[in-house]
Amino acid sequence: MTDSRMTRIALAVAAPVLALVTAFVITSVVLILAGDDWLGVWGQILSWPSNRTMVNIVNSATVYYLSAVAVAIGFRMNLFNIGVDGQYRVASFAAAWVAGEAWLPGYLNIVLALLAGMFVGAMWAGIAGLLRVTRGVSEVISTIMLNAIATAVVAYFLRKVAIRTEGSNIISTKPIAEESRIPGIPFLGGEIYGFVVVAVLVGVAYWVVINRTRFGFDLRAAGQNESAAVASGIDVKRMILVTMLLSGAAAGLVGMPLLFGQDYAYGSTFQSGLGFAGIAIALLGRNHPVGIALGALLFAFLDQQSNPLQILLDVSPDIVKVTQGVIVLAVVIAYEVVRRYGVRIEQRQVAAALDAETREKEVSA
Amino acid sequence: MTVATDPVAVAPAKSRFRLSWPWILLGIAGILVVMSLLRIVTGVDDLDSSGTIRATLIAAVPIGLAGLGGLWSERAGVVNIGLEGMMMLGTFGAGYFGYFYGPWQGVVGAILLGAAGGLLHAVATVYFGVDHIVSGVAINIIAAGAVQYLAGMAFTGVPGGGQTQSPPIDRLPSITISGLSEPLGEIERENWFVVSDAAAVLRALVTNMSVLTIIALALFVATWWLLWRTAFGLRLRSVGESPAAAESLGVNVYRYKFIAVITSGGLAGLAGGFLALVAANAFRDGQTGGRGYIGLAAMIFGNWRPGGLFAGSMLFGYTDTLRLRGGGETVHALLLLVAVFLVLLALWQWRQHGRRSALIAAVLGVVVAGIYMVSDQVPNELATMTPYLTTLLVLAVFSQNLRMPAADGKIYRKGSAG
Repeated sequence: MTDSRMTRIALAVAAPVLALVTAFVITSVVLILAGDDWLGVWGQILSWPSNRTMVNIVNSATVYYLSAVAVAIGFRMNLFNIGVDGQYRVASFAAAWVAGEAWLPGYLNIVLALLAGMFVGAMWAGIAGLLRVTRGVSEVISTIMLNAIATAVVAYFLRKVAIRTEGSNIISTKPIAEESRIPGIPFLGGEIYGFVVVAVLVGVAYWVVINRTRFGFDLRAAGQNESAAVASGIDVKRMILVTMLLSGAAAGLVGMPLLFGQDYAYGSTFQSGLGFAGIAIALLGRNHPVGIALGALLFAFLDQQSNPLQILLDVSPDIVKVTQGVIVLAVVIAYEVVRRYGVRIEQRQVAAALDAETREKEVSA
Repeated sequence: MTVATDPVAVAPAKSRFRLSWPWILLGIAGILVVMSLLRIVTGVDDLDSSGTIRATLIAAVPIGLAGLGGLWSERAGVVNIGLEGMMMLGTFGAGYFGYFYGPWQGVVGAILLGAAGGLLHAVATVYFGVDHIVSGVAINIIAAGAVQYLAGMAFTGVPGGGQTQSPPIDRLPSITISGLSEPLGEIERENWFVVSDAAAVLRALVTNMSVLTIIALALFVATWWLLWRTAFGLRLRSVGESPAAAESLGVNVYRYKFIAVITSGGLAGLAGGFLALVAANAFRDGQTGGRGYIGLAAMIFGNWRPGGLFAGSMLFGYTDTLRLRGGGETVHALLLLVAVFLVLLALWQWRQHGRRSALIAAVLGVVVAGIYMVSDQVPNELATMTPYLTTLLVLAVFSQNLRMPAADGKIYRKGSAG
């Protein structure tokens, strides 16, 4: 292994480490300034998780992972799909309704519901794609607006189809029948979502499509240099639309582990805000399927480990949101700093090599 | 080989429309006539009552201030999607300093906390060259977490406060000119065509006008003057149009970007402060409700100009008010206006030879008119999406006539001018 290769690997590792340390320091400073027991907080968060917490971490990481992959598909094409949040809520509702109606028996019902969810997610993202391609509306703004519209639309349709549980204000779709649920996988004495398998498959498919197909090549080319892509005959408008549809279809899967493995219905208490975590995790994992998996586990770890903080130390667990946000900002800054440092090292090496060459020539002349 | 013709050179040079005083007055008169007609046709008097207009102003100011923040930052070439987070910081600043020290201290606190968010954005985007949207998203996450954490600490156990909200804050002074307010109220109640509507507008302006609203309006004028009438403003805008050229003329690009983005944060913070101090009278978690993003959309709608931004924020403020005041019924009346607007748009597009878009607009117009005919109110759940749907519709129609600063969102490294 050459020296330059060693430096490159060292630099690649340096960035995330630098970011984690920064986040650790900033969070600690906030805790100290606020007069909270900062050592106690880190003692709890960094302790070895119990088996039950482990199961929760894997479960919540699965959901985060799908969300981040959906965002990452857009990122590879330079599209900011901030609307994963709205897309997965619309899709989860549609899938829950389809599954609850149970038109098909057993596992076929699951397949139908998943397809319905992916289709609705894709269509919802497609609105933003269509507006971008035909009217030149930035997808950043349109997806944010579509998130808010999704809330209204889902609330409206939920009231139309919902059944009310006796003695409670929570309304939800019809629960999914026993035989159409996805069984869990035994893990450390508990059960993790069976959907973990699907999440892994989605990750593999993402990697293969992006890195090993003509389509993926076009997508990356269009994302990195649009004019070069146009010059080589790529229809960028079509790529934008297709990418948005794919991203939306992936977003359609985000709520499914919860739907088929935990809640079995879509109600007013269905988990929201997963799309924004997905953005952060996609950035953290640099859009790489393995990186995203590590990022999702890190976020889930911080979430689950901070849960008992309120009871144990009377510290609000919201402090880890600051940590998570700082990690995201710090990681992009760290990558930039490390890149600049790497470039400088390279320039110095090249300059040194050139110097040596000219000196040799002068000697021989 | 054929010689490719430059499509830009072939297109006839269109003389740009300039917004001048006669046009502004004509526009206001036109809006009054349309609203008056709509009020009479639909019979919904609340469409432009003085109460609605006052509420519109209160809803529009935070959107407008956030948009003004976006304007400062984007005029210097930095996209600021972190406005939402800076607004959240502003709401907390207003809540904390407003409750513990007094309302004016709350205003200062809101501006300072917002500016702190702006500083973070400036350091990340200008100094470290991070992608502007990435940094903005991260700031929104950090701000949301920080505000929840800090609010939990500051307000739990305080009488009237709690984990997610502050106790009531003292009000800022507001101005009423009773000599004008009373007689205008009488004219408004007469329901005369146009006259009553004009009276309603004037009455809203002289009744219970918060000082902070007046300050916000002054900030619009100040921004216009600073950015378009001073050397400072010219330099700041040149940084957003062509940083390399600006630097070659001796402008310190980084310094101007920093000033712009920090000001942007301060304005967004003030927008949040307005929400906590004037629109409500306490800090509440989640008070911003996406208004930072709507402010950004209002700025785009306004073509990165203060006048257009003002019109945009009034439009969004108005739709937001309608859903809050009348709910489904008033929003339903608005459908008729949307239908008419779409049909007019279709005609205009037809003249511009956009046959396909004309057809789409016409079909949409007919559909909306049909919905208006067959229903008698919009379900309340759907009424909540009015401002967001308006934003989308407006952007879809106008975004192709807009021109953003040439170097907006582009990362500039010092010394690139060579």
